[in-house]
Amino acid sequence: MTLDLYGFGPALAAGTLMTVKLALCALSLGLVLGLLGALAKTSAHKPLQWLGGTFSTLVRGIPELLWVLLIYFGTVNMMRSLGHLLGLPGLELDAFAAGTIALGLCFGAYSTEVFRGAILAIPRGHREAGLALGMSRPRIFWRITLPQMWRISLPGLGNLFMILMKDTALVSVIGLEELMRHSQIAVTSTKEPFTFFLVAAFIYLGLTVIAMTGMYFLEKRAGRGFTRSAS
Amino acid sequence: MNWEVILKYLPRLLDGAILTLELVGFAVAAGLLLAIPIGIARASRHWYVRAIPYGYIFFFRGTPLLVQLFLVYYGVAQFEAVREGPLWPFLREAYWCAILTMTLHTAAYIAEILRGAIQAVPPGEVEAARALGMSRRQAMFYIILPRAARIGLPAYSNEVILMLKASALASTITLLELTGMARTIIARTYLPVEIFFAAGMFYLLISFILVKGFKLLERWLRVDDCQGR
Repeated sequence: MTLDLYGFGPALAAGTLMTVKLALCALSLGLVLGLLGALAKTSAHKPLQWLGGTFSTLVRGIPELLWVLLIYFGTVNMMRSLGHLLGLPGLELDAFAAGTIALGLCFGAYSTEVFRGAILAIPRGHREAGLALGMSRPRIFWRITLPQMWRISLPGLGNLFMILMKDTALVSVIGLEELMRHSQIAVTSTKEPFTFFLVAAFIYLGLTVIAMTGMYFLEKRAGRGFTRSAS
Repeated sequence: MNWEVILKYLPRLLDGAILTLELVGFAVAAGLLLAIPIGIARASRHWYVRAIPYGYIFFFRGTPLLVQLFLVYYGVAQFEAVREGPLWPFLREAYWCAILTMTLHTAAYIAEILRGAIQAVPPGEVEAARALGMSRRQAMFYIILPRAARIGLPAYSNEVILMLKASALASTITLLELTGMARTIIARTYLPVEIFFAAGMFYLLISFILVKGFKLLERWLRVDDCQGR
């Protein structure tokens, strides 16, 4: 049996590109949210702690699909009134923006915990040493805490990124033309669901393998100078 | 917030929540049964025994659940043999397709958890069992597995909650579980924020109960205080 894509190959490739784009955009948003969440959760102020805790519990307790739907369909009225205010009628979130926000939110909530663990794993003495050297708090964070957090949280973030990449398939539900949506379109005209969904599955597998390889090299680079304990 | 609408549709959301629980309950129970042989094979010393479960786990963990659902629900019908076959009455139903896919999906994850737990059993305990004259099989069933069950329980409870959230995907193959029900109600009322919010609260409540339940189970299974984490 040879594989016949009925000329849908380029469409699938375009969909794959969109999937990767969506994953990377959501990743950047999620990293920022996660960092802020972790800082809030480890801060000395009670209200900030509460805010960070609520954010990560609430977002992690609700399914990703529900977030995608909620942000896409739930913000229509809000965006309309916002557009009214700014004098831009017809202002709305497109599927890509909604998907980025929803997936970024989920990634952010999970990475909050990863980053928090990393912050807690940095010995207190490092920060105290910074203070003793007369560094300001932002400088300590930038020069001492952040570079170490990167190394410690990298494996956890890698796992989350693989999950994120698979979750991009959910955005097809709100009509974004990514890999899954293109496969569905191909299925409706060719009537070969198994073929196309299997091809999509293997493209996702390929993306996962690429991400895994990337993570391997990143971890190797981030961990240079540190002997890895045998595990 | 339009609370009246939420109250009015609460019974229907509850129906959806019950279907969600049914799907998740079926999937994690059947998945656990399926995962036991896969996990044991995955922890084998022989590479040829390890290879097949490795491929299975790699496929199911590396592809989105949505793709797997579509492969089973829409994809399998492509083959004449399946449509004529004896399993067709089941594979025609979205309900059984969802349960089948979720079971296969979660089995891959649970098998990986089980492998980790089996390998985390202190080697001294296995050696002690062997030294007492237990066969490999006996050591597996009386020593390693009960021990691994306790080690793997926290990770298993995580997986159950992940499956609870993954069950929302069943709404894409026409099932009216919590998310599907919410979408149906929204199609009628045009109030996405209220209804999705209510559905989200249901998910939060269910996962809260699950977390508490597993904590109790963990305490109940604990043999002594120095064990586990």
